[in-house]
Amino acid sequence: MNDVSLIVKVVAYILIVPVFIFGSYVILHGHLSPGGGFAGGAILATLVAMLVITFRDDFKENPHEIFSILECIGMIFFILLAFFGLSSSFFHNFLVNLNGLFGKPVHFGVNPGYLNTAGVIPLMNMAVGIEVFSALSLIVLMLSMRYGGERK
Amino acid sequence: MKMARVVTLALFFVFLLITSLAMRPFGKPSNTGMDDYFIQNGQAQTGSNNIVTSVVFDYRGMDTLGEATVLFAAASGVLLIFQRAVTGGKHE
Amino acid sequence: MIDIQFLTVVILISVGISTLVFKKNIIKIVMGIEIISSSINLFLISLGYREGSVAPIFTNAPSVKMVLPTPQALTLTNIVIDLAITALMLSLAVLIYNYYGTLSMKKWRLVERCS
Repeated sequence: MNDVSLIVKVVAYILIVPVFIFGSYVILHGHLSPGGGFAGGAILATLVAMLVITFRDDFKENPHEIFSILECIGMIFFILLAFFGLSSSFFHNFLVNLNGLFGKPVHFGVNPGYLNTAGVIPLMNMAVGIEVFSALSLIVLMLSMRYGGERK
Repeated sequence: MKMARVVTLALFFVFLLITSLAMRPFGKPSNTGMDDYFIQNGQAQTGSNNIVTSVVFDYRGMDTLGEATVLFAAASGVLLIFQRAVTGGKHE
Repeated sequence: MIDIQFLTVVILISVGISTLVFKKNIIKIVMGIEIISSSINLFLISLGYREGSVAPIFTNAPSVKMVLPTPQALTLTNIVIDLAITALMLSLAVLIYNYYGTLSMKKWRLVERCS
């Protein structure tokens, strides 16, 4: 059943690094440009879909456990970031305007965009990005697998 | 039986048409107080240039928590449905 | 005077609901739900538009007159939840096909199997 042609495999090898860099860029610049955790996670999941289509016959077993663990890690990280602001309220932005990590103050108006801003929002973008990437990869892996059950 | 479905759908279509005739004109939103507050104060309060991100992750963080929970539950459901096929039926 | 955006939403919702009512195939029903969800996205986005505005992002923006940000956030929520329910519906369709051998609702013969 190994009928994936050489052209598809070579193009998949070439596309791994640019797609990964583009997805990571969209996640990390979520507070400065269009995108964010959901869009970047979906872009990274298209990478997994491409790899599944191309190299499905080379897998000995379905690698779904690593995506389950990553999904739980992203979810727990997101809820913990929400709980860390509990000194004021749930989902309080506790890092903004402190001149620390992601804490550069921003005033109203058009600016060229500074990466070290927005407090807890980039960390939440990373957590949601990991969670969406793992959930979509899990769904793609499960739906694309050859089903071995008997048919009636 | 099929005639009843067609008549019901036609009535629903007419209802939607009348509703969209009664809408306000496109491009002129009426109550924009909350959104103007977000645009004016979002940068100073959350530090984010992207106002949509600041609404999603800061002003309406509870929404995003529920959304992530729904996605988590859907992935868990898909994993539960196909788990028997993955392990070949010999799950301990 | 009816606007072309709201007329498009009305037509898309009617197409989706007639798909739900008249079709018997599971995959076509999922497609109908997708059409309804996309028309809801279009409705929310066209509700939040303000004439002569730009997207609500301040990075090198041409002006500070911006469209409403809250409907766009709700559209993001709707897209993700739509994706989740689509994945669950397609998984259940795979289960149904493996159990009954068909995707058509007319040929299920549920009573015969349960008795």
